[in-house]
Amino acid sequence: MSGNNGRSEALDGTAQTTTEAGVSADAANRADHPSSKVMRFGADAALTLDSGPKLGPWQIAYETYGTLNADRSNAVLVCHALTGDQYVASANPYTGKPGWWSMLVGPGRPVDTDHYFVICANVLGGCLGTTGPASTNPATGQRWGLDLPLVTIRDMVNAQAVLLDHLGIETLFAVVGGSMGGMQVLQWAASYPERVFAAIPIATAARHSSQNIAFHEVGRQAVMADPNWCGGRYFERGVRPSKGLAVARMAAHITYLSDPALHRKFGRNLQDRETVTFGFDADFQIESYLRHQGMTFVDRFDPNSYLYVTRAMDYFDLAADYDGSLARAFLHSPTRFCIMSFTSDWLFPTEESKVVVRALNASAANVSFVEVESDRGHDAFLLDEPEMFRTVRGFLTGAANARGITPPGAGA
Amino acid sequence: MSGVQTPETGASRGDHRLVAGLVTPGARVLDIGCGDGALLDLLMREKQVDGRGMELSQAGVNACVARGLSVVQGDADRDLEDYPDDAFDFVILSQTLQATRAPRKVLEQLLRIGEHVIVSFPNFGVWRNRLQLLFTGSMPVTEHLPYSWYDTPNIHFCTIRDFVSLCREVDARMEKAMALNARGEPVPFTAPWWVWNLIGEQAVFLLRR
Repeated sequence: MSGNNGRSEALDGTAQTTTEAGVSADAANRADHPSSKVMRFGADAALTLDSGPKLGPWQIAYETYGTLNADRSNAVLVCHALTGDQYVASANPYTGKPGWWSMLVGPGRPVDTDHYFVICANVLGGCLGTTGPASTNPATGQRWGLDLPLVTIRDMVNAQAVLLDHLGIETLFAVVGGSMGGMQVLQWAASYPERVFAAIPIATAARHSSQNIAFHEVGRQAVMADPNWCGGRYFERGVRPSKGLAVARMAAHITYLSDPALHRKFGRNLQDRETVTFGFDADFQIESYLRHQGMTFVDRFDPNSYLYVTRAMDYFDLAADYDGSLARAFLHSPTRFCIMSFTSDWLFPTEESKVVVRALNASAANVSFVEVESDRGHDAFLLDEPEMFRTVRGFLTGAANARGITPPGAGA
Repeated sequence: MSGVQTPETGASRGDHRLVAGLVTPGARVLDIGCGDGALLDLLMREKQVDGRGMELSQAGVNACVARGLSVVQGDADRDLEDYPDDAFDFVILSQTLQATRAPRKVLEQLLRIGEHVIVSFPNFGVWRNRLQLLFTGSMPVTEHLPYSWYDTPNIHFCTIRDFVSLCREVDARMEKAMALNARGEPVPFTAPWWVWNLIGEQAVFLLRR
C-alpha cells in the first residue's frame, strides 16, 4: 500500500499555517513509512481485534538491538508506554532524542544488548509506523482516523506475537515494560505463558483505575474540544488540534510527577521575572515547563492516536477476562516475574503492584517484588534510578542462569 | 549450571547450616524474613531448592532480587494469607517469630502453607538472660540480643519452653528440635527441655501439621 494519497491530501488541504500542514504531512508519512524496520501483513493475515472486526492489511514497526543467538533463546521484548515508540535504545529520528530507555537497555546496560536480542515495536494504534489512526486505510486511501476499530492492550500483544512468529522467535527470554508497557507484559504472561520465560512489569497495574480513566477522559476531551480536531479528520483539512493535544499532555504530565518532585524542581519560582504580572502569562516556572511539555509533544504525536491508546489502557482489566480472578490469569504460570513499583508513584501506586503480587502468590507463581524508593512519581521508571537498574540486572542474570543463557558479565 | 555469582559463598551462619540440614534437596521452599537472602542462597546452591523469599525491609528485598533470588516485599503478620494451602514443602521462619505481632497466627499460617515448617528463634530463657534480669533488674542486652527494650524489633520474646507449649496448642507435630550454644553449634546431647531452655542461646524446630 502506498502513502501517497493521504500525503498529497494533507498538503493540498486548507492549511491554517504552513507549520501545521508540514507537521501533518510528516506525521502521515511516518505513520506509513517509518524510518525503523517494519513488517507488513496482507488481508490474508488480518488481526482479529477484541472489538470484533478483522484488521488487515496491517503493519508493525519495530527496532532490534543485539544479536539473536543460535538457539533463539536470548530474545527480550520491550513494551513501550502510552506515548513511547520503538526507539528504546537508539535516537528517535524525528526528535533526535536518545532512546527513551537507553539507560536501561543497551550495551553493558541492565538489559544488555551485548547478550540479549532486544525487540521493541510501536504499539497497535500508535503513530510511528504500526497501524494506527494516522495510517492509510487501504480500503479508502484516506487516513483511518476514527474509522479504525478500537484496539486493546491484548490486540497490541497479539500483534507483537505475530511479529515474533515472523522473526522466528518462539519463546521470549523476557518481556519488560513500564506503565502501559507493564500492562502489555502482564497480558503477555497471561495470554502466552509458555512463550514468556521472565516478565518485568514496572510501575503498572492489572487494571486501569477509575482515577486514571478520569485523567484520560480529560485528555481526550481536550483533544476533541479543539475545533481543529474536525471529528478526527484534521489530516484532510490540513489542520491539527495541537492546542487540545497540548492541554491533554499538560494534564497528563502532572500525573507522571509528584508533589515533592515538582516542589523541589520548581517550587513557586517565577519564570524570567521578578514579580507576578497580574495576568495569565506563564508567571511560574511550572507553568512554563508544562507549556513546553505540551508544545513539544504535539510535534511528535498524533492526536487521534492519543485517543486510541489512552482508550486501550482504560479498557485494560486483566482479571475480567478470567472470571474476575487475577490469580486465574496466572494459574500454573511457568513465568518468573519481577514486579517493581515506586514509592511516590500515585498514578500506578505500589498497592496496584501488590495486587498482582498477591495474585501471583495465590497461583504459586515465581515472583519477586521490589518497591523502589523515589520521589519522582510515575516518571521514575524512565529516569536514572540505580535501584531499578540493579534489580533488573540481578533478576535477568538469575533468570539467564536458570534458562542456561550465558549471563551478562560471565563472558561469551 | 553456570552459577550466578553471589557476594558471599564462604562462611555461613551456624543456624543457617543447621536449617539447611533439615531441608530435602530440590524442595519448594519459602523463607520468611529472608533478610539479604544468605540462607536462600545457601539452599539454592547446596540443596538445589526452588526457593522463594519474603522480607519486610526494602533494602533486604532489593539486595535479594539483585542477586537473582525470587523475593517479595511482605509482612509475615499480614501477607502470608495470600499463599494457597500446601504451596511449599518447607516454610522457614528464621529469627523472625519474636518480631511478629501475632506469633500464634503466623505459626498457624506457616503450618497451612508448608508441609514442613522450620522455626528458629533466640531463646529468652537462656541462663545469661535470667542472670542479667535477676542481678541487674534490667531487660537483658547481650551479644545476641543487642537491642534496648525501647528500640527492639523483638516484641514477642519466648523461651524454648514457651514455644513448645505453643506448638502443642496449635497441634503442630515436633519432628526435630535443636538447641544452639553461644557459638551457634548444636548442643551435642539430648537433654530434658528444661536443660535446653537454660543453656540454649537459640533453638531450631522442625514442625509439621
